[in-house]
Amino acid sequence: MPEQVIFGMEVFLNGLMAGVLYALVALGFVLIYKASGIFNYAQGVMALFAALTLVGIMEGQVPFSHLINAALGTDLHHFGWHVPAFLAILLTMVVMVALSWLVNKIIFKHLVNQEAIILFMATIGLAYFLEGFGDIMWGSEIKKLDVGLPQGINSLIDETTFKIFDYGFFIDNLDIVATIVAALLVCALVAFAQYSKQGRAMRAVADDHQAALSVGISLNFIWVMVWSLAGFVALVAGIMWGTKSGVQFSLSLIALKALPVLMLGGFTSIPGAIVGGLIIGVGEKLFEFIMSSQAIAGQLFGFTLSATENWFAYVLALIFLVFRPQGLFGEKIIERV
Amino acid sequence: MLDASEGYTTDDGRKIGGVVMEMKNITLRFGGVVAIKDISFDIRQGEIRAIIGPNGAGKSSMLNVISGFYNPQEGEVWYQGSKRPPMRPYQVAQQGIARTFQNIALFEGMTVLDNVMTGRIRQMNAGLFSQALWKGKAENEEVENREVVEKVIDFLEIQAIRKTPVGRLPYGLKKRVELARALAAEPSILLLDEPMAGMNVEEKEDMSRFILDVNDEFGTTIALIEHDMGVVMDLSDRVVVMDYGMKIGDGTPDEVRSNQAVIDAYLGVAHD
Repeated sequence: MPEQVIFGMEVFLNGLMAGVLYALVALGFVLIYKASGIFNYAQGVMALFAALTLVGIMEGQVPFSHLINAALGTDLHHFGWHVPAFLAILLTMVVMVALSWLVNKIIFKHLVNQEAIILFMATIGLAYFLEGFGDIMWGSEIKKLDVGLPQGINSLIDETTFKIFDYGFFIDNLDIVATIVAALLVCALVAFAQYSKQGRAMRAVADDHQAALSVGISLNFIWVMVWSLAGFVALVAGIMWGTKSGVQFSLSLIALKALPVLMLGGFTSIPGAIVGGLIIGVGEKLFEFIMSSQAIAGQLFGFTLSATENWFAYVLALIFLVFRPQGLFGEKIIERV
Repeated sequence: MLDASEGYTTDDGRKIGGVVMEMKNITLRFGGVVAIKDISFDIRQGEIRAIIGPNGAGKSSMLNVISGFYNPQEGEVWYQGSKRPPMRPYQVAQQGIARTFQNIALFEGMTVLDNVMTGRIRQMNAGLFSQALWKGKAENEEVENREVVEKVIDFLEIQAIRKTPVGRLPYGLKKRVELARALAAEPSILLLDEPMAGMNVEEKEDMSRFILDVNDEFGTTIALIEHDMGVVMDLSDRVVVMDYGMKIGDGTPDEVRSNQAVIDAYLGVAHD
């Protein structure tokens, strides 16, 4: 087998893994959009905030320590304890639920029946607030997150592929974990939405507020529930990204990568978010590999391109917008006239 | 006969019970506009109670007051023997008052079966955890509720479209699905907002038959709004007539028909 094909296969697999991480962020968007029609610009920041909080709790950081120290002249930084990862994740989830409740109480409860663009603007405001709030609460330095997930090259895949192709594939253990977690998460979310009473209520609210009220569904409860779910997905995404590249504020920018994922998969489809993520992940890695390779693109087109990863996803999304605006799995928009 | 506090017997021999809901001096304003002005009436166990009136008489507003979508500025709503505090619509629904809408409010993306199942939300209490495990209470509950829902679906003759997304159905069937959803809640009062609006003669006859059957079979108390006089007179036991937000008549269809104020409101009155 020519070595380009073997390299290509490795790139393909790594693309799938990267796609899973995009999909995790996109999933949070889909949940909120499905249930309340809000495009939550703050989803990426929520992932950042969740990761910051998790690190803060694990390390026993004193929240608002800079503020407290500046005001009282103290020198507090750490409580001096370390919280085990599992407990810290639970506590972070409590924080995310509280945040969901507050967001609904303070912002969205007052914006019921407003235009989608107004709700969208509100989430932009929320994104900037939350970013600043996270900064004041936990500090802005890059933090290391380690909740005990395996990291580094998977030796089994490395050895197996070496035996077959005489070349060992580099697949990160963390990516494999992320894939499994994402798969479980999607199964759980789909089962929840389709078969549980709360899931049915969630779909009902997404469909028609008035009708939902008339059968006895509290809109507020459902919204808090959905934002908490999105908070949970954000936490999972935050853990994966944070473990991979450290908890840093550029994490909130991954939300932008979720946009093309959503355009591909459709804003209203949970499986669509996953498939969209995978297509973008694989697409951008393979495209980069092909276009930057002298042996392939150089031979075929007579030129090579580099750093295509920065724009490939957006161009692909643009093409989709032209030919299939509802995405691969989105609900088709049919206006009756 | 009608003012007997322990109910009455209809012409066709049905026993009507005591008062389930009583509206006392309800006044509802929107800014300077008075939609309902000092109206009182009651709804009794097992009867079909109609609210009629010309366009803009305040009928829908009255229904929205009963179902909690509007809270009146003045007056009291008494339900099952106690005064009801101002409530949100979903709380009213949880108390067992189900309704349909004039312009149909269904979950268009969901199947007929799912739509009707949402009517059972009030009766489902299993926790998320037991639902996830699909054990014990959750399993029994789903089976029991499913049985009620299937019964309602059979009753309203919509078996053939159980799995069809509601968005694809024609208007008349949507109205029937909406009725099914309200009925699935096993409501103590069923509110129907213009159940026959926009239907052809055949559909109207079907709907009238279903309303009568529901009342007969399940003993459901029904309050409905309609402006088709003919339909109302055939269906209902007692009728409230509204005009310009005021009550101008209340009684059996025959009494109402011979009421001069009602005749004036419907046919117009000569000004001299």
